[in-house]
Amino acid sequence: MYTQALNAKPDAGEPQLEDAALLEAFQARIDAEDRIEPNDRMPAAYRKTLTRQISQHAHSEIVGMLPEGNWITRAPSLRRKAALLAKVQDECGHGLYLYAAAETLGTSREELVDQLLTGKAKYSSIFNYPTLTWADIGAIGWLVDGAAIMNQIPLCRCSYGPYARAMIRVCKEESFHQRQGYEIMVTLSKGNEAQREMAQDALNRWWWPCLMMFGPPDAASQHSDQSTKWKIKRFSNDELRQKFVDATVPQAHYLGLTLPDPDLKFNEQTGHWEYGAIDWDEFKQVIAGNGPCNRDRLAARNKAHAEGAWVREAALAYAEKRHARKAAA
Amino acid sequence: MKDVFPLWEVFIRSRNGLAHKHVGSLHATDATLALQAARDIYTRRGEGLSIWVVPSNAITASDPADKEMMFEPTASKIYRHPTFYDVPEEVGHM
Ligand SMILES: [Fe+2]
Ligand SMILES: [Fe+2]
Repeated sequence: MYTQALNAKPDAGEPQLEDAALLEAFQARIDAEDRIEPNDRMPAAYRKTLTRQISQHAHSEIVGMLPEGNWITRAPSLRRKAALLAKVQDECGHGLYLYAAAETLGTSREELVDQLLTGKAKYSSIFNYPTLTWADIGAIGWLVDGAAIMNQIPLCRCSYGPYARAMIRVCKEESFHQRQGYEIMVTLSKGNEAQREMAQDALNRWWWPCLMMFGPPDAASQHSDQSTKWKIKRFSNDELRQKFVDATVPQAHYLGLTLPDPDLKFNEQTGHWEYGAIDWDEFKQVIAGNGPCNRDRLAARNKAHAEGAWVREAALAYAEKRHARKAAA
Repeated sequence: MKDVFPLWEVFIRSRNGLAHKHVGSLHATDATLALQAARDIYTRRGEGLSIWVVPSNAITASDPADKEMMFEPTASKIYRHPTFYDVPEEVGHM
């Protein structure tokens, strides 16, 4: 999941409004690892939390096409271009699976898309960073999709059936994304001096924002408790972040690249890589709309939506015309 | 609302000869576009050899609230299962 903001805050006020016995029965189903399906009874706060999380996840997939789409026409070879095009198309598909899952909770896709376009809904902060060089395409596949995989695998067991099923499809497709990104990094790191520098520069710029993708540290994130109880969330932000760091550091070393963290060190006792302090002010700024590309991203989505309006209108008009003809015949 | 596309459920038969299976849903203005979209969204990696699209509102579903009433009776009918019957061991596998 492209999801730190997706640790949506459940509405604390709402559960009390519901029948205690119903809440208890619902929790019992969750505890028994039952999957909750669209027409099942569920607490309003569960519905609301999931609608927000799944739709923000969908928005992230859709906005996530923009930074990479930026390089499709400039990919250095036909092989790279075909791969990048297929990857970006996959992300669009992910967005659509997720909107469909969110809709089962009772909010229409039109309404959800509207929340994105008006800036009311959030999406992952990572897509508010620019793709300055070709190496950024490698770094995104390797790191951003790598972090997304860490986040999404536990979501395949989320208590809400449609979300879990969408995640299973998504996870199957993500692995190619990460591998194609890493392959780009391998090629660059084995290239000439300028290419190695380009790879290092991309890693320097993407590393910290990727660690932020997992969301605020456990001590500071008040939203996770209820989500954990409802089995929407299976691991804490810090646990997932640590898994990502442990998996990624050796991959960076293989490339002969240096991680931009002077405090990074391996702890023999715990077997984990310990990382330095994350700049949470930067994170807050980007989430609040002040990242390097927030305005561009929203403007691009609005432009695409507006310019596609005639296609949607024409398709509807055609369907209506055929309907009317059939009725008349 | 002018901009709302009808919802379709997508079913795909995979190459292994199993029945069509529900894979998800999508929005499209008509059946032709729904099929086209289903192909693009749900079969990018050879997932299937046949697609059905069905308007979501054409599906009649059982009510989850009736789950007990609908499905519980089957639990008590153990004589519907082969293991309910004793076949002498000398007869061998049946
Ligand atoms: Fe994705
Ligand atoms: Fe991806």
